[in-house]
Amino acid sequence: MRVWSLLKFYTVLVYAFMFAPILVVLALAFNASQFGGFPIEGLSLRWFYKLAENEAIIRAMRTSLALGALTALIATTLGVLASLALVRYQFPGKAFITTFLISPVLVPETVLAVGLLIFLRWLHMPRSFALLVIGHSIIALPFIVLVVQARLVGIRKDYEEAARSLGASPFQTFREVTLPLLLPAVFAGALFAFTISFDNITATIFWRPSGLETVPTQIFGMLRNSVSPEINALGFVMICITVGLPLLAGAVARYFSRKKI
Amino acid sequence: MARVELVNIRKSFGALKAVHGADAVFEEGSFTTLLGPSGCGKTTILRMISGLESPTSGDIFIGERRINDVPVHKRNLGLVFQNYALFPHRTIGENIAFGLKYRNISPSDMAQKVKDALDIVRLPKVQDRYPSQLSGGQQQRIALARAIVIEPDVLLLDEPLSALDANLREDMRVELKAIQDRIGVTSIFVTHDQSEALAMSDKIIVMSAGRIEQIGTPEEVYNTPATAFVAGFLGASNMLPARVLGRDASHILLETPEFGQTAVALARAAALGTNRGATLSTGDKALLMIRAEKLTLGPAGGDAPQAVVENVDYQGQLARYFLRIGETRLQAINMIDAAPFLAGQTVSLTLNPNACSALPEDTSA
Ligand SMILES: Nc1ncnc2c1ncn2[C@@H]1O[C@H](COP(=O)(O)OP(=O)(O)OP(=O)(O)O)[C@@H](O)[C@H]1O
Ligand SMILES: [Mg+2]
Repeated sequence: MRVWSLLKFYTVLVYAFMFAPILVVLALAFNASQFGGFPIEGLSLRWFYKLAENEAIIRAMRTSLALGALTALIATTLGVLASLALVRYQFPGKAFITTFLISPVLVPETVLAVGLLIFLRWLHMPRSFALLVIGHSIIALPFIVLVVQARLVGIRKDYEEAARSLGASPFQTFREVTLPLLLPAVFAGALFAFTISFDNITATIFWRPSGLETVPTQIFGMLRNSVSPEINALGFVMICITVGLPLLAGAVARYFSRKKI
Repeated sequence: MARVELVNIRKSFGALKAVHGADAVFEEGSFTTLLGPSGCGKTTILRMISGLESPTSGDIFIGERRINDVPVHKRNLGLVFQNYALFPHRTIGENIAFGLKYRNISPSDMAQKVKDALDIVRLPKVQDRYPSQLSGGQQQRIALARAIVIEPDVLLLDEPLSALDANLREDMRVELKAIQDRIGVTSIFVTHDQSEALAMSDKIIVMSAGRIEQIGTPEEVYNTPATAFVAGFLGASNMLPARVLGRDASHILLETPEFGQTAVALARAAALGTNRGATLSTGDKALLMIRAEKLTLGPAGGDAPQAVVENVDYQGQLARYFLRIGETRLQAINMIDAAPFLAGQTVSLTLNPNACSALPEDTSA
């Protein structure tokens, strides 16, 4: 019994240490005081207004959203196609390709970032927004492959075979049967990809062309000068996006599953 | 509707040979069952006809057309699976209409066809439900409706009843057969349940380990099995090692230690060309096959062979006897007249030579 209560206590502590900083950011975002710190002297939304007026931050936010959306689109498309090939077809070198697709998770991000950069240098290509999109897609791909593969394994081949026997071509079968059944995983995967891209800082610092800022690099830049309360407000917005989106997705998925299957 | 013909079909999965050279004809409008134990290659043959698997060698004809290279979706076949495989994200109506979308059919005709198909399977009111809202038996009927609504040339059914519980299974069996009779589509049905096969089929193809053992009507495969495997697989039978003493135009004379000389009508031994008993000649080793229900017990005494009842399995009207003559064990299934014979009793055995078959010695075992 004593061991258990100790363990419980310890677990609570771990979580407290994990979440306390986040809670601090969330709370301080509403602090009216110029010099962010406790005790909170009054509630206000002034840092949010300030945020909305800050051109650099707005630009960074736009870049991040576009980057996240493109990453989600590309990584999800490639991830779904790769998963289909890996689950539904037999071909030589399958195990190797699976490992290869998953490997970006295993390689330290810094190494991956430097590697891609050297590769581009070798191709004589400058750093660009496109590079960021490609890089983020590579980082997000393994997650999508894992999520979509897991779901695809659970979709019995019978459905596709029934559709084929009824006259649907392979593509029609994919569009009418496989994709709809796969949709929850595709959706979850796309969301993952978006969040991964939206959060990413390490690789982004290596890959971004000079002058281009994403939200994380913008915050990083601002922190070098001082800890402005604006950063807390921006942190609040980011947390809302990265936590809120999956929650929203979950709700949408539940709604569809209640309506349909 | 069309006939289907397999010519020397082989299929290997890597080193594993799943089908070794199968030849078969499925007549137009007939109901043929592929029967055999698990893993004998029934599904593989069905999948090759459907196009979901391609044969390693050999030809498949539907009608007059060789269809080896025609992709699945252009073969116009109806497929029914063991697990129904209804699209879970589509309503019943959409499921049934699925195949119609790929055939030039006007929306009003389509609605009518869906309605007709639902009437045929006697589920007129479920159009707007989802598959998960139906019972297993209902789902399987919808799967059947979805397969027949496209008016397929051939209907392929892979153990469609085996996911259903026993009672429902018998009802569905009768209904399925009635529907097939009515629409007259050439049907190929896979099962490992012999009573299903015997009850439903025009023809049965008995398979074992990737080979076709016999093709015949239910009566033929039951009464005149071509091989020891078929005799053992369908019903209960006794197989006694025998020697061929001689043959004439109509009979083959076998000798067994237990029953002495038995003249087996050659018509039975040589059923329909597939019977390898036809090749037996004097001096050969053979098997004398006696169905358990054709071996009759009587009171001890007389000239007939005497056996000891070792065990009795009482089944109401019938009793199944486990008997011993010397070291040979036999089974008999008899109607019970007054009271069954009891374990330990000595009885006399009579066998009706007209109900026996001569088989070549089983080389596969
Ligand atoms: N895709 C495949 N890859 C490798 N081997 C296979 C494949 N499909 C079937 N086999 C093998 O081929 C043999 C025949 O299989 P098949 O599914 O045709 O048997 P079946 O008669 O339908 O059996 P069951 O009654 O259990 O369904 C089996 O040994 C099986 O393991
Ligand atoms: Mg099978």
